[in-house]
Amino acid sequence: MTATQNAERAQIPVTVLTGYLGAGKTTLLNRILTENHGQRYAVIVNEFGEVGIDNDLLVESDEEIFEMNNGCICCTVRGDLIRTVQNLMKRRGAFDAIVVETTGVADPAPVAQTFFMDDDVRTASKLDAVVTVVDARHVLQRLEDTSEAEDQIAFADVILINKTDLVSAEELANVEARIRKINPYAVLHRSERCAVELKAVLNRGAFDLDRILSLDPDFLGQDDHTHECGPDCDHDHHHDHGHHHHHEEDPHSVKSISLTAGDLNPDMFFPWINQVTQVQGPNILRMKGIIAFKDDPQRYVIQGVHMIVEGDHQRDWQDDEDRTSRLVFIGRDLNWDVLKQSFAACEAK
Amino acid sequence: MPTIAPVEVGGFVVRAGFINDIPYFAVGTGEVHLLGSQPQIVKAHKGGLLAAEPSFDQTGLVTSGDDGKINALSSDGSSQVLAERPRKWIDLIASGPNGAIAFASGRTAWVRLKDGTEKEFSHERAVGGLAFAPKGLRLAVARYDGATLWWPNLEGQPTELSWKGAHLGISFSPDGKYLVTAMQENALHGWRLSDTQDMRMTGYPAKVKSWSWSQKGKHLATSGANAAILWPFSGKTGPMGQTPLQLGVRSDALVSAVACHPREDVVAIGYADGMVIMSRFEDNAEVLLRRAGRGPISTLEWDKAGLRLVFGSEEAEAGIIALQD
Repeated sequence: MTATQNAERAQIPVTVLTGYLGAGKTTLLNRILTENHGQRYAVIVNEFGEVGIDNDLLVESDEEIFEMNNGCICCTVRGDLIRTVQNLMKRRGAFDAIVVETTGVADPAPVAQTFFMDDDVRTASKLDAVVTVVDARHVLQRLEDTSEAEDQIAFADVILINKTDLVSAEELANVEARIRKINPYAVLHRSERCAVELKAVLNRGAFDLDRILSLDPDFLGQDDHTHECGPDCDHDHHHDHGHHHHHEEDPHSVKSISLTAGDLNPDMFFPWINQVTQVQGPNILRMKGIIAFKDDPQRYVIQGVHMIVEGDHQRDWQDDEDRTSRLVFIGRDLNWDVLKQSFAACEAK
Repeated sequence: MPTIAPVEVGGFVVRAGFINDIPYFAVGTGEVHLLGSQPQIVKAHKGGLLAAEPSFDQTGLVTSGDDGKINALSSDGSSQVLAERPRKWIDLIASGPNGAIAFASGRTAWVRLKDGTEKEFSHERAVGGLAFAPKGLRLAVARYDGATLWWPNLEGQPTELSWKGAHLGISFSPDGKYLVTAMQENALHGWRLSDTQDMRMTGYPAKVKSWSWSQKGKHLATSGANAAILWPFSGKTGPMGQTPLQLGVRSDALVSAVACHPREDVVAIGYADGMVIMSRFEDNAEVLLRRAGRGPISTLEWDKAGLRLVFGSEEAEAGIIALQD
């Protein structure tokens, strides 16, 4: 990790808004742009027209995927976002935060990676949260039909289950259970017409990271993959490839794991996390953690997307806090047992 | 002793320089400060100002903004709208000979001739930079996976130059023999136009966002490292196989802006912490022009005589440095 310059200059928080077409993203955007919440948002949309507001901080941006010439197969960024964020920085005082809307079928990874990989964007802004809006009535069908819907849920820090008035209590419970199975760590909110307090989706910061500490890892379980493969199953059962598009289309395979330990040895942990993300990066959708290093009074927070890892000291551990190192992965075809054992080996003696 | 006259600006200085020898500061807030005998502030754009480029003859300033307008500003403060693309953010402009300008948004570039005729040039991927050749009406467009050379006044196919990756800024050498692009990766790419020979210029710890050709085009000075990196372009093979000059080396801050002196082999160097120095090619002799400030130097420019230097920073700092009292 290289030291960023001008660290004293505040980074603008960025909220990435994903969700399938019709889920309710535009309703939420209109609320962000019109409600009197005391914050000024610059909003980057993929298409004008749906957002019915004329605002000089509203900008349209055509998806431009840039592959990085660094030999990393999953390292792609959104060139259009780099450009738009740089342009917004010329009016730095005119807004407090940025919201990026993605298209319904966009892969969230390049969007998130842009905020870690581009030095200029990283200096100017920081990813606050990925917020995914799902339509309670259609999400289960979307999950059957597409891999994007699953990716969007897997990537989320906050999930808004919208249009709850259009489903029964039982259907809603099914939807929530399905979402939890893909991503147990996101904060869930239920809403009708996206009527949720905006502070529940914006400016989340460290709050959502702390959530991974409060969840009981035993309750989440590592073996909640209930799909039984049968002869009709047409998905790929060979797990010997580093990067496999067929896997990503398999709508059943996203799982999560939570690893816990006591104080870690940084000389063991950093080489380990670098190796894990280098080798298994294509299969890792998100990774987050709060780490206690031996003899270090500060919490170390870490997060990643695919092969990209970013970490920093956050604040002192408080007296009433349990010094537990917790790391969660959400991904496909990860070797859970090996991850568990090798993580445990990073514990300080 | 150099003296600094600070200039109060209200935001990110996008571009500073001189038109008709009058200092100007184009600011992200949409305003242009003109510091002639009667200083004035012109509101050039309703929203933000995204780019500013002096006209080819240095008598006026072309600006563009997130209001979709491209404006021509004269040194007396009068202005006219040259073109408009409603709801588009126009963040790239280039000035060409005979009053021609080019501008771009997303994947499209336009050339506007002096008589108001407009021509459109579409590309499959986003346009990253625009530059006119020093002679003739020839437009170079930096794009994803290379660059495209158009002759706006002629029919026919453009010349395509390929190199994998996203190409952003673009510049012709003053003799027109070389075309150089700054990439999304921390590198420059170049082509010798006579035979499209590729040139790689790498080793930067950060993206190159500022560059400047030295007098007679012998060197290209660049930002993006902990020193100003000056690639030699005087020989037959350009910078290939040659070691660049490194001027103004510092251990604690990267170079964020450069401007070569118009008459001497001297470069003004601005750093990410706001410091400005000038350094002589021949012996690395340095003169401190401004101490560190609040934010990175975003723009530097000499006047024609090379006696005054204007600077601006990302954090609303600006000034005029005079080398003589």
